Amino acid sequence: MTDILKRESLLKSVVLLRILIGWHFLYEGVIKLFNPDWTSFGYLATAQGPFKSVFIALTNEATMGPVDTLNTLVLIFVGVTLILGIFEKWGAIAGMGLLALYYFAHPPFPWLEQQNVEGSYWFVNKNLIEIAALWILVQIPTGSYFGLNFLLKKESETIKTPQS
Amino acid sequence: MKWTRRDILKGLGGLPILGTVWWAGTANALIKSKDRSEILEQLQIEPSLPSALPEIGGEPIRIGIIGFGIRGEQLCRALGFATKEWIEQMKEEERLNGNTQLREFLDQEKLNLKITGVCDIFDVRAENVIASFSTPENKVKRFSTHQEMIRSGEVDAVIIATPDHWHAPMAIEALNNGVHAYVEKPMTHTVEETYSLREAAKNSKAHLMVGHQHRQTLSFKTASDIIDKKVLGHVSVVQTFTNRNDDNGAWNYDIHEKASEQTIDWDLFLGSAPKIPFNKNHFFRWRKWWAYGSGLSGDLLTHDYDRLNCVLNMGIPKYITASGGIYTHNDGRNVPDVLQVNMDFPDFSTGSTQVKGKEKGMTFTYNATLGNGFNRPTILMGHDASMELGNNLTIWPDGGSTKYAEMIEEGKMKPNVPIYHYNPGANVPDAVSSATSQYFADKGLMWTYIDGVRVNSTYLHLREWLSAIRNGGTLSCGIKEGFDEAITAHMTGLAYKLGRRIEWDHQEERIVPIEGINFDEILLSSV
Repeated sequence: MTDILKRESLLKSVVLLRILIGWHFLYEGVIKLFNPDWTSFGYLATAQGPFKSVFIALTNEATMGPVDTLNTLVLIFVGVTLILGIFEKWGAIAGMGLLALYYFAHPPFPWLEQQNVEGSYWFVNKNLIEIAALWILVQIPTGSYFGLNFLLKKESETIKTPQS
Repeated sequence: MKWTRRDILKGLGGLPILGTVWWAGTANALIKSKDRSEILEQLQIEPSLPSALPEIGGEPIRIGIIGFGIRGEQLCRALGFATKEWIEQMKEEERLNGNTQLREFLDQEKLNLKITGVCDIFDVRAENVIASFSTPENKVKRFSTHQEMIRSGEVDAVIIATPDHWHAPMAIEALNNGVHAYVEKPMTHTVEETYSLREAAKNSKAHLMVGHQHRQTLSFKTASDIIDKKVLGHVSVVQTFTNRNDDNGAWNYDIHEKASEQTIDWDLFLGSAPKIPFNKNHFFRWRKWWAYGSGLSGDLLTHDYDRLNCVLNMGIPKYITASGGIYTHNDGRNVPDVLQVNMDFPDFSTGSTQVKGKEKGMTFTYNATLGNGFNRPTILMGHDASMELGNNLTIWPDGGSTKYAEMIEEGKMKPNVPIYHYNPGANVPDAVSSATSQYFADKGLMWTYIDGVRVNSTYLHLREWLSAIRNGGTLSCGIKEGFDEAITAHMTGLAYKLGRRIEWDHQEERIVPIEGINFDEILLSSV
């Protein structure tokens, strides 16, 4: 009984984590979607660290547009899947990928000058922590506890057991 | 299948959250974008695009280089000619620290010209030009004097990158012989020469361009539009600065190991300057002495003055006062290394939004030190807004503005939040820029771009001159601009040296005489 309770409370906290991260991604995505002037040019063009040249290469005229669009769409995809609790594993993995890109564009390595940061970081920053949090979401899917997956699961169970 | 209320809650509980976040994001983005369009609509600023120039067709223009020192080399690179040493050095730097200068040089569009002659009184430099720029079809010829080169019939145009005291004599000689001239700043070394050169330019069909390449910077053209649209209101103060703190910035350039009386034509270097024995220090570091250069007032103030003259078109100041001294590099130089200059334009205005007659007049200050490198930006301070002007451009509304009072009241504008930011490197101008984009803008994405390619403004300046040579057309820094710049520099030098206020008479077009004082003697004197 205690075990189940523990499980229940664990599930609840993971759901909360999932919704908060989803909220964060969705809001960022929607803001970008409705701001035609938004671009990641500045962020990429000032990239630092081992992958600097890769990020700077993305800023050329041909790639800048698709890069911005893709970034917005992935942000929204992650937000929607995590909030609704469907395909959340895919959402979490995509989110981790996106955050890893953000992390490596401006990595908080002590030998690099820290640009545009609101706190003090040494290897670990909020992007890295959010990556770790998403990894938990990949490990503990909660869409069938709270989310669209709950309905889908219930429906398939209903079909299997028509008597109930 | 039967769903309880609990099922619905658990299954669809995310939907209202999704809806709320989506709505909040949309609303915020739209409000911001509406505010921004409202501001932009009010400002009506048109960000500048590079002007298209007609092609430089026909036979390649034959260029003669006079002076292949530090600036001469830079000008040649802008023309598309780099020395072998420089290319090797840049390859090394590219390997070591990812320096992209070489790639940019190679990507630069080729101009239709060839270097046919060189004139440098230091053998090493002249030979370097011949060795680096000669081709099997075109061997660069060395001339021992500029007269010889100009009159040889082998050059169509010359580039003058010599010490200041040679600028005017060479430019005049070129123009009188119908040879086009690109002369480095300051355009002249004395007041008298400034008039003579203007006369020569007026009487010649050849094109004279003064080397203020920043006139090609897109942000300055945009700034011009901003002033025309009266975005700033009446500008009462403009502050400009030079901040340098290194040997190169203090004009202590390297002295070449092969420099000697055998390799340098010392008499020719001196020209009109006082005769003194051979002195390597004077030869390589000539900017430090009034006899050949003009220190901060001619070398660096002219940049800032012309930058603003190109935006405001304010012309020569009515009054100039100046003070300063040799405070950071007391090494035998006689030009000041700290200088404060106040230029007054009592009748100038960029447009007023207040009651008529209330505002008129502007003070332009230039404050320079060669003993500190802290970056102080150029600021134009108007009644309605302030503008920071560099390669980027940012405008802040003023808390006491008349023009924007309503928008400030409604919270649509805030005095500490920029209402306009122009970064020619970014793909769009950002009206209400966030702290983040502001930060990145300040961080140094500071180049002029054409179709996404980073372009050197000296290249654009030279190209404009070459295009005018072939196709005609007006120059962005011709004799009028050069005259304003040179007179202002000389008035500053005089104000500093005499410790007196120097006045310009706009009607008579002359510096108001001071009894018993010969201005040019003062300018050339060593104290």
